[in-house]
Amino acid sequence: MSLTARRARYVVKRLLQSIPIVIAIVVLNFFLLQLAEGDAVDVLAGEAGSATPEYMAELRAKFGLDQPLSIQLAVYLKNVMFLDLGYSFRHEMPVSELIADRVLPTVLLMVSTITIAVGFGVFLGLVAAMGLNTWRDTAISIFALITYATPLFWVGLMLIVVFSLNLGWFPTSGMENFAMFYEGWDRVWDIAHHLVLPTITLSLFYLALYTRLMRASMLEQAGQDYVTTARAKGVTENRIMFVHVLRNALLPVVTMAGVQVGALIGGSVIVESVFAWPGLGMLAFEALFSRDLNLLLGIFLLSALLVVAVNLVVDIVYSTLDPRIEVN
Amino acid sequence: MTQLLDIKGLDIALPANSQRPLAVSGMDLQLSTNEIVCVVGESGSGKSLTARAIMGLLPAPHVRVASGEILFNGEDLVKVSDDRLRALRGSEISMIFQEPMTALNPVMTIGVQIDEVFRFHQKMPSKERRARALQLLHDVQLPDPEQALKAYPHELSGGQRQRAMIAMALALDPKILIADEPTTALDVTTQAQVLKLIKEMQETHGTGVLFITHDFGVVADIADRVCVMQNGLVVETGTRDQVLRHPEHPYTKALIGAVPDLMPRPARPRSDETVLKVNALEKTYRSGGGLFGGKGREVHAADDVTFDLARGETLGIVGESGSGKSTVARCIVRLNDAEAGEILLDGVDLRPLGRAAMRPHRSKIQMVFQDPFASLNPRTRVGKIIAQGPIMYGATQQDAKARTLELLDIVGLDARAYDRYPHEFSGGQRQRIGIARALALEPDILVADEPVSALDVSIQAQILTLLDDIRERMNLSMVFITHDLRVAAQVCDRLAVMQRGKVIEVGPTAQVFADPQAEYTRQLLAAVPGKDWFSKPDAPKVVAAAG
Repeated sequence: MSLTARRARYVVKRLLQSIPIVIAIVVLNFFLLQLAEGDAVDVLAGEAGSATPEYMAELRAKFGLDQPLSIQLAVYLKNVMFLDLGYSFRHEMPVSELIADRVLPTVLLMVSTITIAVGFGVFLGLVAAMGLNTWRDTAISIFALITYATPLFWVGLMLIVVFSLNLGWFPTSGMENFAMFYEGWDRVWDIAHHLVLPTITLSLFYLALYTRLMRASMLEQAGQDYVTTARAKGVTENRIMFVHVLRNALLPVVTMAGVQVGALIGGSVIVESVFAWPGLGMLAFEALFSRDLNLLLGIFLLSALLVVAVNLVVDIVYSTLDPRIEVN
Repeated sequence: MTQLLDIKGLDIALPANSQRPLAVSGMDLQLSTNEIVCVVGESGSGKSLTARAIMGLLPAPHVRVASGEILFNGEDLVKVSDDRLRALRGSEISMIFQEPMTALNPVMTIGVQIDEVFRFHQKMPSKERRARALQLLHDVQLPDPEQALKAYPHELSGGQRQRAMIAMALALDPKILIADEPTTALDVTTQAQVLKLIKEMQETHGTGVLFITHDFGVVADIADRVCVMQNGLVVETGTRDQVLRHPEHPYTKALIGAVPDLMPRPARPRSDETVLKVNALEKTYRSGGGLFGGKGREVHAADDVTFDLARGETLGIVGESGSGKSTVARCIVRLNDAEAGEILLDGVDLRPLGRAAMRPHRSKIQMVFQDPFASLNPRTRVGKIIAQGPIMYGATQQDAKARTLELLDIVGLDARAYDRYPHEFSGGQRQRIGIARALALEPDILVADEPVSALDVSIQAQILTLLDDIRERMNLSMVFITHDLRVAAQVCDRLAVMQRGKVIEVGPTAQVFADPQAEYTRQLLAAVPGKDWFSKPDAPKVVAAAG
């Protein structure tokens, strides 16, 4: 079988395997959310301030919340099967529409963050490892330590204070300037302009991780026997570093990146709040406080799908980088 | 023969707080075209660092050449620039290493790795480079050179990888080839083939080969001249015949004396009492496959393995890597679970027993492991390591301690070892601790899995004597796993030869050596390096008759 055919088979197999996983996650999430005190009706009633028990019971019946749990779960699962994620009573919109609105900004933020964090992290780790124990190494290590130790929200606020308020280089919040009605490339430019500060904030933390990981990984690989062999062959130091060592050193970084994509959605809640970025993190945060369980379940489902997909991509990338890992 | 390499008064300095200031001191060594010089010594003798110093590959800045000259065709390699050294490496002087798996980059194909040698030394169109790489792989007798060019290191066997390494080293027809224990990690039959290949290549190209090894058998097979090192000093140099036949320095004599004889030990009467009987044992390893089926790989590690062990005897299980000998050992001790068959210890079948049911039997059958570094918990004191077993079986602290001290004495260690940690001991001493630990439960059967293969030859002899002595004193029976037929000849009363999970021959050691029945046993015996050199002159040449 050719490599492509084997890959295709592998992808199909993995997708099939992920179906039971996703269902299990849905069921687990459903029960997990039931453990939380209160439901949407409590919140609605609380906000209205004067709801009678009869009215609350009526609302519960309307939302289907008076049914036994197992029935609620079965109904939910059936709906999910037909790609119907339910209705958000809070926003008075179908969940799928709400999520569809918010998913792009989040993905945009995630992709740019991962790209910058991994890209710069690998670069800095490489520079640090190549100049081991020089001032460059020390400077990079200190930088990594500081960014790793600083809380995300504080970095975000400081960036706003310095670059938006004092220098006026970047907008303070939001994803685009609706008032200008930009179109085409002007709009892309506008969104990119808004994207800078949130991305920097979110990637600084992860950047530190990748820098340290890459540095350690480079140093470990540089001590391996095959490096001595390459030297014994008369290969130049540059080739040894950038071809022999680098490729081997990237493997743990790829693994880590795959694991962290899932965590990124959680981490983005803070950044999205600070920069008023209209993403899923913000939506999840609001949904949690209004006990909008349908919406939360929808968001959880989407994250689960995202993580499953990213893991698959990482495994395939990994098998390309490391021939010892076979896909079959 | 013209002189290629002339090392004069070489001193290699170690970091400030090492055991000794100089790893190598005052070394003189010459190498001419078309000759093989073997540098022999035990671990820590400085033989590998000498090789690295010639290549300019010492782990600078900690370890460096302190003084002396390394003249290559009159050019001092200690003083030349880094660029000049790089130009020489791989083209004029090249090197092969011990472990062909780690010495090759795991994520680059063999073809690319050979290609680098051409690319970094000569201007050549890529088509010609490819053709030459193909020719090289053909010359080192790889079965499918086209395929090997595209293969990654893990897709080749150990012997094939070492052949690819040799091809890479010989790519530009270097004047000097430095081989640093190139066959130590290989099986004995593969080792014989690779040695033959190195010799052939050396003869056709007129290369000067500097061969680093710890194995006098290998020396006997390929060396023209020999240089013996001890603690950084050259203690003896001479032609092979001089050094092997008439060694002068006491250390050389001791080393050669420690090489185990390939003469089986005299047969002892066999007891009628069978302590262990293994019947049709089966163990299969599966890999791959999964939730949605898919065929995984299956390896039959033990396939219908049957043998028995009499009281007081030592049964050797010999075979090459992958033959299943360690699996069988681990199944007997119940570290691995066999799928079918019987393991009868005093008439009780141990195989199907659960954890709790197995416990009363565990103490009767104990294991000594191969790697004395990995098999002792680095955070536990030696006394506790040994006493743990008896305490678990209900001995009081005092009794366990008394027993431990007694055992330390039996295995030849000082009582002060009780409060020390394993890392404070040498390899041989750690193996003694491992043996004391196994003996602490007063077993009937000792299963020793390659107990001496990680040790230097002089230490090997001591441990083998100790094991034999203990077996005698405590009336133990022993299952002794080894890949080394010399070692097997020393300690085993009977041998079981394994290949691909099957026992292909069982018999008294002397009989198996003198008249091997299976073709594979004959191959194994023929492949033992230096087999004609280290037999006692007065003994009949059993091996010659076999080969």
